[in-house]
Amino acid sequence: MYDVIIIGAGVSGSAIARECSRYPLKIAVLEKCEDVCCGTSKANSAIIHAGYDAKEGTLMAKLNVEGNAMMDELAKDLDIPFKRIGSFVVCTDEENRDGLTTLYNRGVTNGVPGLRIVERDELKEMEPNISDEAVAALYAPSAGIVCPFELNLAMAENAAENGVEFYFDSPVEEIKKIEDHYEIHTPKGIFNTKYVINAAGVYADTIHNMVSEDKMEIIPRKGEYYLLDKSAGKHVAHTIFQLPTKMGKGVLVTPTVHGNMLVGPTSMDIEDKEGVNTTRKGLDEVAMKSSMAVKNLPMRDVITSFAGLRAHHPDHEFIIEEVKDAPNFIDVAGIESPGLSSCPAIGVMVAKMIQEKTGSVEKPDFKKTRKGLIKPSEMTLEERNELIKKDPRYGTIICRCEMVTEGEIVETLHRVIPARSLDGVKRRTRAGMGRCQAGFCSPRVMEILSNEVSDIDMYNVSKSGGHSNFIVGNDKEDL
Amino acid sequence: MKKVNVVIIGGGPAGLAAALSAKEAGETDILILERDTKLGGILNQCIHNGFGLHTFKEELTGPEYASRFIEKVKEQKIPYKLNTMVMDISSDKVVTAMNSKEGLFQIQAKAIILAMGCRERPRGALNIPGYRPAGIYSAGTAQKLVNIDGLMPGKEVVILGSGDIGLIMARRMTLEGAKVKVVAELMPYSGGLKRNIVQCLDDFGIPLKLSHTVVDIEGKERVEAVTIAEVKDGKPVPGTEERYTCDTLLLSCGLIPENELSNQAGIEISPITKGPKVNESLETTIDGVFACGNVLHVHDLVDFVSQEAKQAGKNAVKYLKDQEVKATKTIPIQTDNGVRYSVPFVVRPEDMDDLLTVRFRVGGVYKDHFISVYLDDERILHKPSKILAPGEMEQIILTKKKLMEVDPSTIRITLEDK
Repeated sequence: MYDVIIIGAGVSGSAIARECSRYPLKIAVLEKCEDVCCGTSKANSAIIHAGYDAKEGTLMAKLNVEGNAMMDELAKDLDIPFKRIGSFVVCTDEENRDGLTTLYNRGVTNGVPGLRIVERDELKEMEPNISDEAVAALYAPSAGIVCPFELNLAMAENAAENGVEFYFDSPVEEIKKIEDHYEIHTPKGIFNTKYVINAAGVYADTIHNMVSEDKMEIIPRKGEYYLLDKSAGKHVAHTIFQLPTKMGKGVLVTPTVHGNMLVGPTSMDIEDKEGVNTTRKGLDEVAMKSSMAVKNLPMRDVITSFAGLRAHHPDHEFIIEEVKDAPNFIDVAGIESPGLSSCPAIGVMVAKMIQEKTGSVEKPDFKKTRKGLIKPSEMTLEERNELIKKDPRYGTIICRCEMVTEGEIVETLHRVIPARSLDGVKRRTRAGMGRCQAGFCSPRVMEILSNEVSDIDMYNVSKSGGHSNFIVGNDKEDL
Repeated sequence: MKKVNVVIIGGGPAGLAAALSAKEAGETDILILERDTKLGGILNQCIHNGFGLHTFKEELTGPEYASRFIEKVKEQKIPYKLNTMVMDISSDKVVTAMNSKEGLFQIQAKAIILAMGCRERPRGALNIPGYRPAGIYSAGTAQKLVNIDGLMPGKEVVILGSGDIGLIMARRMTLEGAKVKVVAELMPYSGGLKRNIVQCLDDFGIPLKLSHTVVDIEGKERVEAVTIAEVKDGKPVPGTEERYTCDTLLLSCGLIPENELSNQAGIEISPITKGPKVNESLETTIDGVFACGNVLHVHDLVDFVSQEAKQAGKNAVKYLKDQEVKATKTIPIQTDNGVRYSVPFVVRPEDMDDLLTVRFRVGGVYKDHFISVYLDDERILHKPSKILAPGEMEQIILTKKKLMEVDPSTIRITLEDK
């Protein structure tokens, strides 16, 4: 019998798992995909919002500001990149200036530090590529950027190091209430648990509705993005939002922690919870809107496009509460933007609910730090040679665009939460994420996976688990 | 720091030919740095024939063509390091490289020959909407899987782009048992060689749809179907969509010279060729750094890569021996009216050989046109051509004698219809 089962290994589930692992509880995370960070958590703006956007008094506002404040320490503890680069909301029409004041006031009420309105000249100086139409902007120095993959993985790995069990390829098919506990059915077996935490992202409604008569609906709200080459990575130095105009909401332009430039998202409610396809209309909209707040953005430097789904609740609020007709079943639903920013605080909030229910006392041996992958690219020549002497695989480059070594890829396959697919390797090492988009390294990474992992060979090595295998047979098989 | 006279980056056809010619010119201190497990570059996976018609007057496969050069490099005892990735080149010619045996090391080169080749344009840069499942490969990646590893990346194939690798892979996949349903090409003409269209598509009954592109990719885990549509004025035409069920989409939509290292060194790159701007000696904007082969501009035939690389090797030695005249006059080559670019970009007549091959490509299909060369206003060449197409590289020869005699301020290569 588990004390706590968390459904979903995205940023919310993983943050909750890590915070709950402070307590002497038997905890498992069930994830339907082959890895952590496979849904909403992997495809978003990768920014840590300051917290002026959410309405005063909402849980969104509270957790956003709290989560933002936690990020420096969390990034240090978990050995992940986080940069507090600041953000601008750019007003391009004097008539809309009131909008900046509204956001400023809301931010102050929400407790966002350091907000101020900067005028055109200062804005131009701070951000030379800002649109010539810009009249003023709201500057939020506490806004930041993070790598969502690494944040998600680091929290999950840290949770695993503190005893949390992770089960992948384990979609929840049915949940039964049995007297004082829940029985969770997956293709991998039945899990019994006293407490259930529903952090299932766009599927939070499906999971909720398995136990409650008070039906919930989560709407997948699609956002499409363009990612630009590192050659364009310095075009702006801050995250640039546009103040909504009569023409509607704009798109953001932001550097990423790895030095690319990200542009998007669109916003479109859809039905399909797996509908992460990009569309001509959506991508064209991103391209068109990209120039509203930033000028001369080199859209010819696009290296890829992608779409993510926000887990939108009709109330546009985080639903973090015990389900009324399902005691000890806690929903963590509607975690859309600013979900990534809020996830550290969501973890703390839910862990507190569990702690209060179980009366647990923190373990003396809880280890709050986690060491990331060895990063040869950040080493000096001497350090690097020391490493290569110990393990020659750190001397072989596999991904030429991001200069990822064989050593780093092999390490991801043997960590506490190992990569099991090319996308898993990519999210951990960036192999395949550069300008050639895996053309060069994918056959090599496939080989490494099939050599290193006992149950993976060239015929079942996959892009992202499931039926996403690359190889369908041998030459001349069908002649 | 270790010192080497000529460091050659890349052990493919360009690097090999450059090394042999440097040796032939009398240089003994040469080092080839190759990132793969063997010399030969991409030729190793090009197991079809058709290589070497110009160089050897016979039809060779890619590995055969490469081996002729590799054997000579070994005979000549030219040093090379395999499995070695060059990480950086500085403007003062310090080469930083890495392999698993020696770790990260630096070499001070006196001359560098860039021969890094090119890479394929990925899907992202093509801006195709749809899902991102497994089953989308660049043609070259599929070629490696099929020809080197003996593995089939798919059974029902749609190919986007009619570049040579895509055409070759249409035939290869068919011969290996896959069904190639269609090749779609965005442009109204193919980017590949005419002979490849005949031998790889026509002979196998594979349709080529010009002015068509992929407008949607279906399949959440593995490709399940792609939709192609006709393109007019750069936009898909509504109502012309055709859906093809398939498990694989191969992309052959252009090659891009791989100039990350050149950029790091601060070498000026042409926005058209995406390769270094070189003079008649194939020397880049950094003295003593030369470029040849597909890193300079994408070639159609490997024979021309070898020829060009031979020049680069010879010129690098000339540079080392300080035999450059230090020319006082540099003449730009202008291209227009359908001629997209030329290599070299500028000519210093005092430093050129008696004959200089200038290579270029045209930007569209031109029937019954003349290739004309002007020295200022004087037309010195007016060569008729039945057909000129972007897939085929063209060349003209300039003579030192004529350039010295006329002493023009510009050289212009152009197309004329009469």
